[in-house]
Amino acid sequence: MIKVTVDNTEVEVEPGSTVLQACEAAGKEIPRFCYHERLSIAGNCRMCLVEIEKSAKPVASCAMPVVNGQIIKTNTEMVKKAREGVMEFLLINHPLDCPICDQGGECDLQDQAFNYGGGRSRYGLNKRSVKQKYMGPLIKTHMNRCIHCTRCVRFSEEIAGIAEIGTINRGENMEITTFLEKTVESEMSGNVIDLCPVGALTSKPYSYEARPWELNKVETIDVMDAVGSNIRMDSKGWEVKRVLPRINDEINEEWISDKTRYACDGLLNNRIDTPYVKKNGKHHAASWKEAIQFINQNSKNKKEYGGLIGQLVDLETSYAFKELFDKIYNSQLVDFRQKDILFDTTDDFNFKFNTSINKIDDCDFILLIGANPRLEATIVNYRIRKAVNRGCKVFSIGDPGNQNYNYKIIGKNVSILDDLITEKISEFKLLSNAKNPAIIIGESALKSSISKNVISSVKILLKKINKLNGFNILHQSASNVGSLILGLQSSNLKKVYNSDLLFLLNSDEVLIDKKENQFVIYQGTHGGENALLADVILPSASHSEKNGSFVNLEGRVQRTYKASFPPGQAKEDWEIFLSIAKLNNVDLGYSNFDQLRKKMIAEYPLLGDYDKMPKSNCSDLKINDHIRKDFELDINEIDYYQTNIIARSSKTMHDCKNIKKKIKRVEF
Amino acid sequence: MSKKKSAVMPLLYLAQKQNNNWIPLAAIKLIADTLNTTYIKVYEIATFYSMYNLAPVGKYFVQVCTTTPCMIRGSGKIVDTCKKIISKKQGELNQDLNSSWIEVECLGACVNAPMVQINNDYFEDLTDKKAEEIFKGFKEGRLPRFGSQSGRKGSEPTSNRTTLLKNA
Repeated sequence: MIKVTVDNTEVEVEPGSTVLQACEAAGKEIPRFCYHERLSIAGNCRMCLVEIEKSAKPVASCAMPVVNGQIIKTNTEMVKKAREGVMEFLLINHPLDCPICDQGGECDLQDQAFNYGGGRSRYGLNKRSVKQKYMGPLIKTHMNRCIHCTRCVRFSEEIAGIAEIGTINRGENMEITTFLEKTVESEMSGNVIDLCPVGALTSKPYSYEARPWELNKVETIDVMDAVGSNIRMDSKGWEVKRVLPRINDEINEEWISDKTRYACDGLLNNRIDTPYVKKNGKHHAASWKEAIQFINQNSKNKKEYGGLIGQLVDLETSYAFKELFDKIYNSQLVDFRQKDILFDTTDDFNFKFNTSINKIDDCDFILLIGANPRLEATIVNYRIRKAVNRGCKVFSIGDPGNQNYNYKIIGKNVSILDDLITEKISEFKLLSNAKNPAIIIGESALKSSISKNVISSVKILLKKINKLNGFNILHQSASNVGSLILGLQSSNLKKVYNSDLLFLLNSDEVLIDKKENQFVIYQGTHGGENALLADVILPSASHSEKNGSFVNLEGRVQRTYKASFPPGQAKEDWEIFLSIAKLNNVDLGYSNFDQLRKKMIAEYPLLGDYDKMPKSNCSDLKINDHIRKDFELDINEIDYYQTNIIARSSKTMHDCKNIKKKIKRVEF
Repeated sequence: MSKKKSAVMPLLYLAQKQNNNWIPLAAIKLIADTLNTTYIKVYEIATFYSMYNLAPVGKYFVQVCTTTPCMIRGSGKIVDTCKKIISKKQGELNQDLNSSWIEVECLGACVNAPMVQINNDYFEDLTDKKAEEIFKGFKEGRLPRFGSQSGRKGSEPTSNRTTLLKNA
């Protein structure tokens, strides 16, 4: 440890820290623009100047390593003057357009000019003007405002993994742009908006929508993928205006994917706001009473009752849905799978991401099996990329396309796993020498025909090198793991689809092939294709309009909170279940949300253990024998911007899809 | 980590040399693909250095120094001559003379200010008349001998030598 003195207080910091970090450890606030904890050090904004004893000039603290016994001063006249000077220079070419700037109210430059600036301007000449740059449908640019901190440039190279934003020209003519103003390609590009300390890069869909102080801010969890990124939803009235990341070092650090950030306008479009009943082949708006009675009339004397849960359904709703089927229809035919897929539910271990997202960073060997992490779980892919930069080797079975890092395809057939077990191919040596290996199985490798085989082969392989905790399943949808824990994988998926009464709970990913005598109920948020063919449509609240909890792919239970309220007559799902039960004179054992949650936790105590990575015990795991199977792995193509009904209802996501389709991918 | 990217500047120079002293976008893309990097990374470097030309230049490419010493010694007049003889704006190509001109910062020949660089050679101690003569010679492909145009040798004093006389 290194001892330094900051403003007469002595602090100890790790060797290799910077003066800025030492000042922060001493509780001193140092203004900065270019410095960012998760990016490399640039040292070009000069805002973090401090005085160091025996140094003639003020020192840029972000780029200065600490030395034992250094005496740092942050509140002297010299520092104050230096900050004022730097601020004056930064403001020379910065336009005074705060009143029409979207960053106003949450602008680093505004705040720091107020706190550290000289308070007046002495510059009377013309300011520099720079043309607006086109960066695609997500990022709006006002390049007059840019102060050239190069955070966005460093982000695109270091975090996103595609160096596509850069600085051109030099000196006074320096500009930030993409190559010939091409659309940025990265799935994490939206983060540059948060990184930009001024209003140069702002959100296009959110432009001129609201001021930060007008917004109602709710800290919640993202459901666009199974990662469970921590987010903050900002809403004005019932409209969710924007989504911002929240720092959680164990999951998303402080980044979120573009789908998480921008699909929120899908919550406003195409919503079902009133119940509908289909009569003579046409949907008619109905009251809740009529709709529920209609269900009651048509649900008598059916042979089979099936329920299908969608990919955005929270734990409480899934649990209540299961209870509803159990108590009213006396049926266990509830499932959540909307494609040909089979999980191993004998132990929780078998369907979780056991390495944990946080520890991917330390992996030195990663094998992807039928997974395309870049599109299936962008944040996980960022972690893999981080591991690659630390020297991790990545191999893949199946061709997932460009992942923004180098990897080697060792084959496309799952029989390769057998070759690995029998040590026929050289990659086994790398695997057995690895300290922290991880094998990531994607949903494409879990098709019902090969699922069992793949899972047991991977377990045998990992058992052989005694690293069983490197077993990972990469889920794609937010409700998967929760549904699996609730035991909602039925034995016969076909039977669910073909049941006489099919209750669709927000499930839009599979188009139901409706039989003539089949009675279909659709309860959900958006008017998709399944809602169209349903006999009854019940409007319900989306994940942003109710409290709930989700389990992410690691098995971490996290709570979502109500950021807005449901539109029109839409109700929370459990309320609808209650009214169905009431008409059937059945007591579901709860009458409000808290009771429902308590009931669920009483039955599944693990689901009440919030925000913790569950410990998985894999020592007494049962491992089946495997049989060599020849199966050509074909990784399902993913339409990244259209993976769920909210994204499909979002205009922004449609724009992204249409524009990015046109870009010829830059290969590395 | 591959060190391929370090070849970017020599490759840009080669491209410029092979393509009449300027670098087209196609070359930038090819260099980026060759070095396994993105287009913007090469573009950044090509736009940063003023000696990479990103637009066509003349066969006689005049770079006029306008930094302080040259400015004091009358580089303004040289610029005016360029405007008169070659093209109104810098960077514009004069088809007739097959030449173009730009203003540049100090070229390190302050002792012989004002000066211009034409392709690889320095032409020093200019006056507007001398410059006009040189520029007009482009048409016949005629260039005077490089170096001082006032007749002095190298950077010797304009009048006679005043120092180191004893051992002369």
